[in-house]
Amino acid sequence: MNKDTEITNLIDAYLRGELSPAELAAFQQKRSGDPAVDLQVVEHENLVGHLNEYGNRVRLTSEMNAIHEEIEIEVLKREVKPELPVIYRMWNKYRVSTAIAATVAMIAVFGTLFSTGYFSQAISTNYTQMRRELNSIKRSQNALIKNINGKPVRGPVNPGQFGGTGFALSANGYVVTNYHVIKDADSVYVQNSQGEAFKVRQVYTDPVYDIAILQIIDPDFKLASLPYTFKKSAADVGQSVYTIGFPRDDQVYGEGYVSSRNGFAGDTVAYQVSIPVNPGNSGGPLLDNKGNVVGIINGKQKFADGAAFAIKSNYVLASIDAIPQDSLENKLVLGKRNLLTGLSRQDQIKKLEPYIFMVKVY
Amino acid sequence: MRKEVKSSVPADNEIILGILNDSKEILNRLYKTYFPMVLQLVLNNNGNEDDAKDVFQESVIVLYNKVKSGNFELNSKLKTFIYSVCRRLWLKRLNAQSRTVRNLEDFSDFIPIEDDMEKHEEKDRQFTLMENALQQLGEPCKTIIEDYYLQNRSMQEISEKFGYTNADNAKTQKYKCLQRLKKIFFQS
Repeated sequence: MNKDTEITNLIDAYLRGELSPAELAAFQQKRSGDPAVDLQVVEHENLVGHLNEYGNRVRLTSEMNAIHEEIEIEVLKREVKPELPVIYRMWNKYRVSTAIAATVAMIAVFGTLFSTGYFSQAISTNYTQMRRELNSIKRSQNALIKNINGKPVRGPVNPGQFGGTGFALSANGYVVTNYHVIKDADSVYVQNSQGEAFKVRQVYTDPVYDIAILQIIDPDFKLASLPYTFKKSAADVGQSVYTIGFPRDDQVYGEGYVSSRNGFAGDTVAYQVSIPVNPGNSGGPLLDNKGNVVGIINGKQKFADGAAFAIKSNYVLASIDAIPQDSLENKLVLGKRNLLTGLSRQDQIKKLEPYIFMVKVY
Repeated sequence: MRKEVKSSVPADNEIILGILNDSKEILNRLYKTYFPMVLQLVLNNNGNEDDAKDVFQESVIVLYNKVKSGNFELNSKLKTFIYSVCRRLWLKRLNAQSRTVRNLEDFSDFIPIEDDMEKHEEKDRQFTLMENALQQLGEPCKTIIEDYYLQNRSMQEISEKFGYTNADNAKTQKYKCLQRLKKIFFQS
């Protein structure tokens, strides 16, 4: 055996404690005398240490495996994790995916509804109020007329933002129209068929019945006494009626018949009327053959032919009664005598003309 | 947290004493007391019983190394320690399998065990190194080394087992084997 082998065997014997006291002393001396031997001892000890750790772990694992064999795994499994019914297992497995899917679906649905403006529409989407949005075309037309004629147009130069129709309640300047025509208004003017505009103040508004009562401020304004009266009783279905309004800058006549006792979605405040109306007709009077006012045009149903609506005249009367008398500068006296009865339709319209106004809202 | 699995629990210091004395009986009781807890943890968190076995045995090895390293201080209940180690090991495995780990369903309290895990990882690395080194060593070196250093057999026995004419030949062989092992182990 060579020298290295001898030393290795010596170290092994030393580590195992197999050396006799004399041999141990000699070994110690050799080790302290020769650093190379000492290094060899340290290295050897280190390796054997790792070997031992390895061996311990292998032994421990095999011991544990033996113990593990004794355990009845299936029994233990049932104890620590009871089998759940299929539905619970599926739920446990897929609940997160389900939640994500549901969230995505909800975002998609509401996102689509939101982006298509579903939420911003009014509930009665197929009901439109017949006030007219005056557009820029008209503005340029007015300017054109002014230039050609070379004379100033009466009334405000700026055309109104919205327009509707109104008609006189009394000879001393009270006018009735729809609340929705004048709501949010800065100022309101009425313009008669001659093109004369008068500033009005709001005397009374009733958003529920969609009625607004205005008064022409000019104290000198005076009409001849009213040719029409207000019908207090309900109009009959089938009764033929007509209206005059301002869907454009001239008075437009339209005729039809009362088609239902109730208005949109069963609204008892209004009649359904089969009559051609357009934006701008709102607030116009609805008259019967005898020249009685039976209602005020206020809207029509979208996507339905000939379904317009008119506020019943007795609600107009109720509104007039509801005005606090103190707030009236002049007495509001309704027409008592009907001057239209018996006249032909053309004559009726001629007589009515000065009493019907375009309402301009700024 | 769901209900815990109860069983009669040996006292903690009894176990530690048993570990120091290499008591097989204590190992047995330790194993049977705490394995169900770990099985419950692993089964309820996407594992099977084999995973539970691996994780638990590794945690016992961590415990043994910690106790035998000498400066052992138990700052918590033994149960909490084992649970924490297993929980940590299982999380690591789940991550290694790149399964999405949301929240582990827990069955017990747990404590941070960063230091112990670091030590364990180092020891684990060396264990694997040694395992590979011995594997590379091949026969008969592997058996000679194991017999002599791990089984503590005498050179006489070994030379008889391998049919060497005398113990000195066996010693020379052992020396060569050890040199090779040293080379492989420290160089890898």
